[in-house]
Amino acid sequence: MDNATRSDRLNGIQHSVAQTASKSTVSEALAHDSAVLHVRGQATYVDDSPEAKKLLHLAFGMSQHAHARILSLDLTAVRSSPDVVAVFTADDIPGENNVGPVAKDDKLLADGLVEFVGQPIFLVAARSVLAARIAAKLAVIEYEVLPAWITISDARTAGSLIEATQRMKRGEVDPELAKSIHRIQGSIEIGGQEHFYLEGQVAVATPTENRGMYILSSSQHPSEIQHLIARMLCRNSADVTVEVRRMGGAFGGKETQAALFAAAAALVADKTGQPAKFRCDRDDDMIVTGKRHDFLVDYDVGFDDRGCIDAIRLEFASRCGATLDLSSAINDRAMFHADNCYYLKTVEIISHRLKTHTVSNTAFRGFGGPQGMMAIERAMDAIAVHLEFDPLDVRIANFYRSGRDVTPYGMKVEDFVVDQIVQELRKSSAYDARRAEIAKFNLEQGFLKRGIALTPVKFGISFTTTVLNQAGALIHVYTDGSIQLNHGGTEMGQGLYIKVAQIVADVFGVPLCKVRLTSARTDKVPNTSATAASSGTDLNGMAAYNAATTIRNRIAEFIAARHQVELERIVFANGQVMVGNERHSFEEVCRIAYLGRVSLSSTGFYSTPKIHYDRATHQGRPFLYFAYGAAVSEVVIDTFTGESRVLRTDILHDAGRSINPAIDLGQVEGGFIQGMGWLTTEELVYDSKGRLLTHSPSTYKIPCASDRPVEMNIQLWKPGINREPTIHRSKAVGEPPLMLAISVFSAITQAIHSATGSRTIPSLNAPATPERVLLSLDK
Amino acid sequence: MLNVASRNQGTHNKIQFCLDGVIHGVSDFDPTLSLLDWLRFQACRTGTKEGCAEGDCGSCTVLVGTLYDDRILWRAVNACILFLPMVDGKALITVESLAKQDDMHPLQKAMVELHGSQCGFCTPGFIMSMYGRTIGASGTCNASLDDVLAGNLCRCTGYGPIIAAANAISLEQRDDASDITRLRSIARKEMLHLIYDDPLAGIQRHWFTPTSVSQLSDLLLSHPDARVVAGATDVGLWVTKQHRMLDKIIYLGEVTELNQLIECENEVVIGAGVRYNDAHAALYRLHPDLGLLVRRIGAVQVRNAGTIGGNIANGSPIGDMPPALIAFEASLTLRLGDVRRTIPLEKFFLEYGKQDRKTSEFIESMSIPRPKNGDIIRIVKLSKRFDSDISAVCSAMLIRLEAGRIVHARIAFGGMAGIPKRAIHCESQLIGSDWSASTLELAAQALAKDFTPLTDVRGSAAYRLKVAGNLLRRLWLEQDGTRATVFDVEAVHG
Repeated sequence: MDNATRSDRLNGIQHSVAQTASKSTVSEALAHDSAVLHVRGQATYVDDSPEAKKLLHLAFGMSQHAHARILSLDLTAVRSSPDVVAVFTADDIPGENNVGPVAKDDKLLADGLVEFVGQPIFLVAARSVLAARIAAKLAVIEYEVLPAWITISDARTAGSLIEATQRMKRGEVDPELAKSIHRIQGSIEIGGQEHFYLEGQVAVATPTENRGMYILSSSQHPSEIQHLIARMLCRNSADVTVEVRRMGGAFGGKETQAALFAAAAALVADKTGQPAKFRCDRDDDMIVTGKRHDFLVDYDVGFDDRGCIDAIRLEFASRCGATLDLSSAINDRAMFHADNCYYLKTVEIISHRLKTHTVSNTAFRGFGGPQGMMAIERAMDAIAVHLEFDPLDVRIANFYRSGRDVTPYGMKVEDFVVDQIVQELRKSSAYDARRAEIAKFNLEQGFLKRGIALTPVKFGISFTTTVLNQAGALIHVYTDGSIQLNHGGTEMGQGLYIKVAQIVADVFGVPLCKVRLTSARTDKVPNTSATAASSGTDLNGMAAYNAATTIRNRIAEFIAARHQVELERIVFANGQVMVGNERHSFEEVCRIAYLGRVSLSSTGFYSTPKIHYDRATHQGRPFLYFAYGAAVSEVVIDTFTGESRVLRTDILHDAGRSINPAIDLGQVEGGFIQGMGWLTTEELVYDSKGRLLTHSPSTYKIPCASDRPVEMNIQLWKPGINREPTIHRSKAVGEPPLMLAISVFSAITQAIHSATGSRTIPSLNAPATPERVLLSLDK
Repeated sequence: MLNVASRNQGTHNKIQFCLDGVIHGVSDFDPTLSLLDWLRFQACRTGTKEGCAEGDCGSCTVLVGTLYDDRILWRAVNACILFLPMVDGKALITVESLAKQDDMHPLQKAMVELHGSQCGFCTPGFIMSMYGRTIGASGTCNASLDDVLAGNLCRCTGYGPIIAAANAISLEQRDDASDITRLRSIARKEMLHLIYDDPLAGIQRHWFTPTSVSQLSDLLLSHPDARVVAGATDVGLWVTKQHRMLDKIIYLGEVTELNQLIECENEVVIGAGVRYNDAHAALYRLHPDLGLLVRRIGAVQVRNAGTIGGNIANGSPIGDMPPALIAFEASLTLRLGDVRRTIPLEKFFLEYGKQDRKTSEFIESMSIPRPKNGDIIRIVKLSKRFDSDISAVCSAMLIRLEAGRIVHARIAFGGMAGIPKRAIHCESQLIGSDWSASTLELAAQALAKDFTPLTDVRGSAAYRLKVAGNLLRRLWLEQDGTRATVFDVEAVHG
């Protein structure tokens, strides 16, 4: 979107968070809650907190081998290194040596066996960061090196699985494939992705009185850290408090991965009685923490003359790494998104979850969905090439529609709107005219070739592990009419806090400046789920709404009784409370309610309705609803060098009735660029010994300003409304836009195809680096 | 051991710099302490962030001001790999400097209003890069916003709102009068020599900032084991990432003679201490491709610190500039004591990790001859990412024709061997042949005799060899002057 359009859409931005909004704050394009602090350098991240005098700094001693038994561990030199205060190994952990979320297989410190390069073996506590890091390199470790499975194919050959292969199926695929008029087979490798949150992993642990422990962490999941640390230190969860004010980016990379650093800090704080901080070095961070799973996909698809799929078998294999982490749910989500927007009448989706001797891969925006979607979009492109059709026509031919509206996992798609979105976008982006012009250009021009592609997104919203779909909030109203808001969600830049504050301000009819946002803390709202799965606002927004409504209703009932007016005639708006025809300030009403001994504090709770899922049969309704969007991207490639560039991208995305269009547009734009990086420049390279070679921003290239499409037009879909009763009928928006970037990959595929002219789809794997593009032109 | 003379030449164990109108003196510190760590942990100015500690993400961007006569030249730099003694005598601006009480700078307001921050962690760095642009800091004049922001990574926004905020701001003249006065008051008259007994490293550390080339030359004779540092864009990482204990550092940044750049009729002479950004315009005038190459080396912050001399001296096999300079037949002047020698640049690179530099010898300058009118020149950098990336392959081709025949050809590559290297077989194939597509095809094929490239994270051997040849093939199609690359075209209109 050009700036003019952006400004037009975001009309209302003059209401910054510190100012008074005169009407309902919901649906206003307000600035991020911390925007003013961000730009002034005053927003406090974990490492910015003043350091305690006796603060200890930590570093891990890490495995040099992908798979090895530790025969001996000599830490003499580590202990005697200057400024080292203590060194700990697995033997020093009083309780459970585990930082894993599901299976207890993620050790804080290795216990005799290492299963990936970089795995922490021991923990150094020193008086300075440098002293800790230097000492951590001084251990003498004797290993017995064991055979290691590094790649997907290594693990497949060895039959090394992290859990049983999963199958989701409808009908019998083989006979249908055999009957199909057309049948093609192919495969694609889809690379992983490093989160590259700008703020690296960090945590500070401070012992508090009576065996308490207070942790300041950069985590999406404070409750999990609380529970893990309690079990590690043989305490009760109630003894441990974890606080998260904000993260400097997370993207899934701090859902489970932050626990390692918080637990390390807590162990040292517990053992030494001194506060301890773990600020991880960037390179170590990239080596020690998990990433997006890389996938290998094989497809076998039968279709008719219109490109309509009769039957398809998709076989996924993913690199899960050394431990389970969240790989079950991530790979499940890949299966859930292997249909994307398309009805797959006869279908079999097979998912192999491979155990490799590499760092355990983890949550990353989209959580398997992007890989599943890439698979089916690849099949769409392959069908189009085979039939010499416009790929968009193939996509549309396969859309869900009435009578063809049940997903492979048995959920009826009731809210399908992507056909309308695609139709609008096709027109607004001049897709057809541009496609024709590009065809002409490609015939005339020499070594530059262009491609254009329009790809849709349908993304299921809810944690697929049903139990996680719950949230709590805690709201206090003070006698001066100010409101303190707390909920279980964490702020990682996605704008959750401002959205929830808007919801709460709206309930009380007060300006936003009356609402003070407070850190996520396990001592305020307990047993929270991770802020993940795009669910932050859906869950916490509704919980906060419920808490606020409880308090407002108490006040209203009290005032109604006191003033002898009907409840309906008590109206909270514009910072005031109308009591019949009388006007009172909100502050005054709060004070009166206090004097009347009305509780002005309440928790709120929400659990997502309707959802259920049987993992044994892979059938059910795992999602409350779907978020939709579509994107058109035009790219150009150089057939001599393989370089590519995105020239223009148009996006139409459905955020339902947006609570904050500015925040939502930011998610769409940022998500798209992050997805574009995943599919173009971001390449993770491991050597044969399992060492990550791309462990710094000098070798791992996330998009820069100049990688942004030359022209970008982003719109939220105006008719968008959630047919499910979500908070203000909005839709989750955190993850879905990442997958809009598949349009870039498909456009590159088109450009290559125009150069090769082959009847089979170019053999292009992701990311489409210049090297991959150039080599695919040969095939 | 140190001799008495050099000890006496140096003054004070203290550096001074100016920040927000206050002169700060810092003494008795590890001279490899980064400016970032001083800001965050000594001065408790935590607005400046550490994102990578290797000069790639820009979260630690600050402005460093140098007094030149009656004005201050501001440079955006990465504080994470800037050694604190490098700001001796300088003025600093950090993100905390911009707002006056509740009154934010218009740039900050625009970033808020246009939603330029999400997680906010990269934001202070962006603010500083953009502020640098508004006050005309080094490397920002006439530069595109993409270029100005190339050294700042953001993982949340997708950059659009940040670019919009930068576009919304008009340039301004910063009033530096009081800083100028302060900088004059702390201007150093003699060489800085810091000594620090480092309990952690168990060594005595020395830092020298000579101010003249003769001082430098004497220092290197008396301290042949000293590490010479110019911009620290590489050496900084030895400290932050490898934790190497540098005990003696000689910093070139204040050696007046090395900071000179002279544009002559037949050549351009660049002192070894000249920063990339200070050489950019002259190199662009020498040939636009040289200017475009410089624009893709690091980013503004790196080019504000890094020098071409340093780039050559550290002998990288990629060698950002050397392939181009070799094609242009640049020469290098080295100095040992009072003795100078001048060698062709290509002879300086002996093998991987080994250069033709004697103990105590240093690079004084390089000289780049101007190409002749009509020379066919093409410099191409190929990398995964356009900006702020290291080349997989960098090629520089200079071909001279007479009556349709190639009479001179210099073809040099980076990323194809252990050193930046000429393609001799390829050149032989070209020289004496007709200027034709088939000649270029044969020349492309000859590259296989010149190079056996390696496979690494930036590219496979196969890709490197193939694409290197393709650059020669493409040259034929580019000769009509239409050099359309993917970076030059726009979307179709439809």
